[in-house]
Amino acid sequence: MTTISTTKTIFSGFGGQGVLMMGYVLATSGMEEDKHVTYLPSYGAEVRGGTANCTVTVSDEPIASPVASFPDFAVLMNTPSLIKFESGVKSGGIVFLNRDLVDVRPKRRDIHVVSIPVNSIAKRLGNTRGANMVMIGAFVQKTGLVSLKSVIKSVKSIFQKKGTKIHKMNTLALKEGAAFVDGLLGS
Amino acid sequence: MAKQLMCGSHVIAEAATRAGCRFYAGYPITPQNELPEYMSRRFAQIEDATFVQAESELAAINMVMGASMAGVRAMTSSSSPGISLKQEGISYIAGMELPAVVVNIMRGGPGLGNIAPTQQDYFQATKGGGHGGYHTIVFAPHSGQELVTLTMKAFDLADAYRTPIILLGDGLMGQMMEPVIFPDPIDPATLPQKDWALDGARGRDSRLVASLHLDPVEMEEFNWKLARKYDAICERETEHESYLLDDAVVGVVAFGTAARIAKGAVKRLRESGLKAGLFRPITLWPFPAKALRTLTRTIKHLLVFEMNFGQMVEDVKVSVGETATVHFHGRPGGVVSTPHEIAGVITKLMYRYNLAK
Amino acid sequence: MAKQIFKRPEALTEHIFHYCPGCGHSIIHRLIAEVIDELGIREKTVGVPPAGCAVLAYNYLDVDMGEAPHGRAMAVATGIKRARPHLVVFTYQGDGDIAAIGTAESVHAANRGERLTAIFVNNGVYGMTGGQMAPTTLVGQTTTTTPGGRLPLRDGFPLDLSQMLAVAAGSVYIERTSVTSPKHVLKTKKAIKKAFQMQMDDLGFALVEILSQCPTNWKLSPIEACRRVEDEVMKSYPLGVIKDTTQTSN
Repeated sequence: MTTISTTKTIFSGFGGQGVLMMGYVLATSGMEEDKHVTYLPSYGAEVRGGTANCTVTVSDEPIASPVASFPDFAVLMNTPSLIKFESGVKSGGIVFLNRDLVDVRPKRRDIHVVSIPVNSIAKRLGNTRGANMVMIGAFVQKTGLVSLKSVIKSVKSIFQKKGTKIHKMNTLALKEGAAFVDGLLGS
Repeated sequence: MAKQLMCGSHVIAEAATRAGCRFYAGYPITPQNELPEYMSRRFAQIEDATFVQAESELAAINMVMGASMAGVRAMTSSSSPGISLKQEGISYIAGMELPAVVVNIMRGGPGLGNIAPTQQDYFQATKGGGHGGYHTIVFAPHSGQELVTLTMKAFDLADAYRTPIILLGDGLMGQMMEPVIFPDPIDPATLPQKDWALDGARGRDSRLVASLHLDPVEMEEFNWKLARKYDAICERETEHESYLLDDAVVGVVAFGTAARIAKGAVKRLRESGLKAGLFRPITLWPFPAKALRTLTRTIKHLLVFEMNFGQMVEDVKVSVGETATVHFHGRPGGVVSTPHEIAGVITKLMYRYNLAK
Repeated sequence: MAKQIFKRPEALTEHIFHYCPGCGHSIIHRLIAEVIDELGIREKTVGVPPAGCAVLAYNYLDVDMGEAPHGRAMAVATGIKRARPHLVVFTYQGDGDIAAIGTAESVHAANRGERLTAIFVNNGVYGMTGGQMAPTTLVGQTTTTTPGGRLPLRDGFPLDLSQMLAVAAGSVYIERTSVTSPKHVLKTKKAIKKAFQMQMDDLGFALVEILSQCPTNWKLSPIEACRRVEDEVMKSYPLGVIKDTTQTSN
């Protein structure tokens, strides 16, 4: 659990991994919990060529800057993202790595690492496009920024038009992500 | 109505629609492409609303001019280089006394610059921008919710004063998502009739909308009329926000994104007992000069923080004259300062002038 | 009892034209007014005059008029028409306005098939500014900026905008006429009427290019100026229907 009132998270990966969606889900869930939130995507030429990242701030008070030079958390879905963002993460912060695609370990010793095989888990669930849902499930379970319940609710409303089958698959993926973190804590 | 998480460009587009805007013309340019895209979708749902992707920025502003002549609430949007192109039309719109809302989601400049958030177009927006010595009202929102209120208000003031209005944001304002709440939409049919609009001379004399005044006496009369209108706008429409200024020893003066960051800095300093405050102009033109000068009865040091290398600072200096010392801090390239950085600048200032108690 | 056989069209004001003797603008203004009367559209017509000699067209035409910056008439007209589709909207533009500074607006209004009527007055010079070279100036023609005559590989070739706009899929009717003789004047009126009718029938973009004379800047008498249009200008810009999608080709 975090006790700081303003928390910044960077989500990063390549296009198609649902990186911006993860940020959007977190921001929406924060809003549902009546927290102050901002969501700032990378835009323009920066996103041409396949990389994507966004910054989400969740706070108990009005947010001054939506930019994160030193994020508390970083959710990194591929190796280039780790290379780009590792140095900026606040000392004592947490990086969440997609173990299936990040093939190097962080160099820093002053940050926590949560490494999750989100692609493998998603594949096992028969939902290969759900790796981002596995990750966000794990992320909120670990950080407690918002509740898993809020996330499940937000995801349902975001994908409202996609129907109940998608909703069930998303919920399962979110719960699996959370369960993976629980398993880490238990071990 | 429930809170919605939306990016600034979408917020402006939705607020405009709710304000009764029924004509939009624009041309793609980053970082505001989300705005025309939203408009194209939104207007497709409204029978009497028109979206046109114009062949150029020039065409877009002139289409807005035409729609406004016809009496319809009209808007265009762009980013800095595109706004330069629109200046011809904005000058004519001012000269023809037509209402129009122009959104500038600023980027770095001059030239092509970059697409990062800056405030490099303060001069262009507040000093006319085009030829002929006119003014546009300039709104500088600093949050998603303020984008809603100021966009809607822009349409009302544009109609009331028959003047172009510029909504001045930056890439951060346009791209950032925040929760917002929208008021109920206005039905354009309920808006006051425009007795100057070109809608066909049925049962009345034919009308003319033009900015040509060949006779110097007539031109002079018209320009004095504009001047009186601008005086009235200054008198009635100047807006600003004061934040923790009552006992402050240093007042930060900042607008838009910079003000947002400065607010964070002020808050930090207050937590450690340092008395800083924020003066935030909401209208950049008219500039809240009187309120700022009044402030200097108690605050003798103003720190102007802008995301450029010093533009609004000139208006601040003119406003306060010798009544306070004006300092400046600028970031002109699109680097977004942290509240921490600004707090550091303020703290240094306090120690230098022995104000930290 | 005397029978009235000729009168001022209702769509024409009582203002006396300020145009030079022999100029084509006054004739064309009157033709537009007559057509507006005949179609019964005076109360729903909006005109967009140009920058140039005809900038004061609003003094003469008794319909709602809205000024446009130089070259932007088609964009302004697009805004008016799209905002109030029941209106009949026309632009009145010179060659510099429509085919130089406003080329982009012209091409794209035609390409979008804007339901507009464009009256394009081609006299081959910038008249009001004193007779400089226009995009339509003939090869070899002397103007104040081509003192030795227009040299194509230096000054560009004469631009046939009507042909260009005919290529645009959104244009439905384009005809070139002149006002050098009663016969041509009547043909021009017919063309103008058709171009308005096309808009009223919601078909697409319609344009009439009218070869006009500028005796003052050509430094010719009115009669000589008309003769020049017939003998020289028409050779480069032949009269006739350039495009008419309502006529099936045979």
